[in-house]
Amino acid sequence: MLGFFQTGFSGLTWGSIVMLVIGGVLLYLGIARKMEPLLLVPIGFGVVLVNLPLGGLMETVGGEPTGVISRVFQLGLVSEIIPCFIFLGLGAMTDFGPLIANPKTLLLGAGAQFGVFFAFFIALLIGSVFPDFVEIGIKEAASIGIIGGADGPTTIYLTNRLAPHFIGATAVAAYTYMALVPIIQPPVIKLLTTKKERGIYMKPQLRPVPKTEKVFFPIIGAIIIILLVPKSAPLIGMFMFGNLLKESGVTDRLADTAANAFMNILTILLGLTVGCFMSAETFLKVDSLMVFALGIVAFATSTAFGVTLAKLMNLFSKEKINPMIGAAGVSAVPMSARVVQRMGQQANPRNFLLMHAMGPNIAGVIGTATAAGIFLGMVG
Amino acid sequence: MAREIVEVPIAGKIISVNVRPGDEVKEGGTLCLLESMKMENPILTPVGGTITEIKVSVGQVVGTGDVVAIIEY
Repeated sequence: MLGFFQTGFSGLTWGSIVMLVIGGVLLYLGIARKMEPLLLVPIGFGVVLVNLPLGGLMETVGGEPTGVISRVFQLGLVSEIIPCFIFLGLGAMTDFGPLIANPKTLLLGAGAQFGVFFAFFIALLIGSVFPDFVEIGIKEAASIGIIGGADGPTTIYLTNRLAPHFIGATAVAAYTYMALVPIIQPPVIKLLTTKKERGIYMKPQLRPVPKTEKVFFPIIGAIIIILLVPKSAPLIGMFMFGNLLKESGVTDRLADTAANAFMNILTILLGLTVGCFMSAETFLKVDSLMVFALGIVAFATSTAFGVTLAKLMNLFSKEKINPMIGAAGVSAVPMSARVVQRMGQQANPRNFLLMHAMGPNIAGVIGTATAAGIFLGMVG
Repeated sequence: MAREIVEVPIAGKIISVNVRPGDEVKEGGTLCLLESMKMENPILTPVGGTITEIKVSVGQVVGTGDVVAIIEY
């Protein structure tokens, strides 16, 4: 019996050592720097586990998953259950109030999605110019572009449908860039606005949103969006359903579970599984580096399009909006809104843009999920 | 002397008050921290001057438009 015993040392490769270091960095960022700890800690530990040789967490035998995580992957991610149900939890945590109070901001959430499509075309271009160098076809390009929306579950959902071999790279890119919002967005915003524009004062929002509107919003919203973009039904449907649980006022127990216990369970499964998808063989490739590089282009252009659209809207409206709130049209809730809030106060201490920025921010979540639906309808 | 009335921009709870009546403040200094939407938000002084009144205290729940402080300048 002992003769069969084998330690993992001999199985270590340079690739797995590099990945162990990457796992360590993710753990460090999560634990010591408190960057997205709820995601980076499970992902980082997953990376460590899967890159220790012979552990068999991600084992498959003849295409059938037999490892503990590869089974979770098959049941939870390939089947799309986890990302969709995370949207249920997100819906139960979201207050559409700022968006309903100022529906104009819906446009800004849509505007930022241009960045997604811009990066999609850039990725497609690179893929067709250097076909020997990277393998980026239309499906891979869509998965890369969606990173610009800065929405983790949507990115995972779309990548899994279109380019599953990219899932480790796009998921980590999306979540890393979400955490890096306070670093990536300000320079882009500053480049496109003057200090005077950043200081544009917006009155504190006063219109209280009645309960009826909040109850009707998820119902009508789901119907309209799914009729327009049918393939967005899994994400938008769950998102609006979760929100209805919260706003209906009669299903507080369900909303509470969806937003807390249920969400936490899904986060554990998702984080660990995505981490385990980052083994040296699948992750250390030129393609993954491309995903990271293009992901940041996607994210920066989404920010830029949001700001530009806000400036454009100012040309046509009497009451000026602060163009920075357009940058919150990416769906990193509430990180983006906070960045805008902070920069707004810096430019003009009277400014308090948080609520104004939450409108486009929430619209961004809807926008990115809808963009994913559009990609699925186009190339899925 | 002109008076500037600083109002609460968003409903929430005051978690710290950083100035006292009589304090000299500079434009952009922090008056108090307001917890709202699970975030800590500083409320800044819009002008430099002297605080004459503070109308909020730690732990108080405030609504949009409530007076935070009055500054003379």
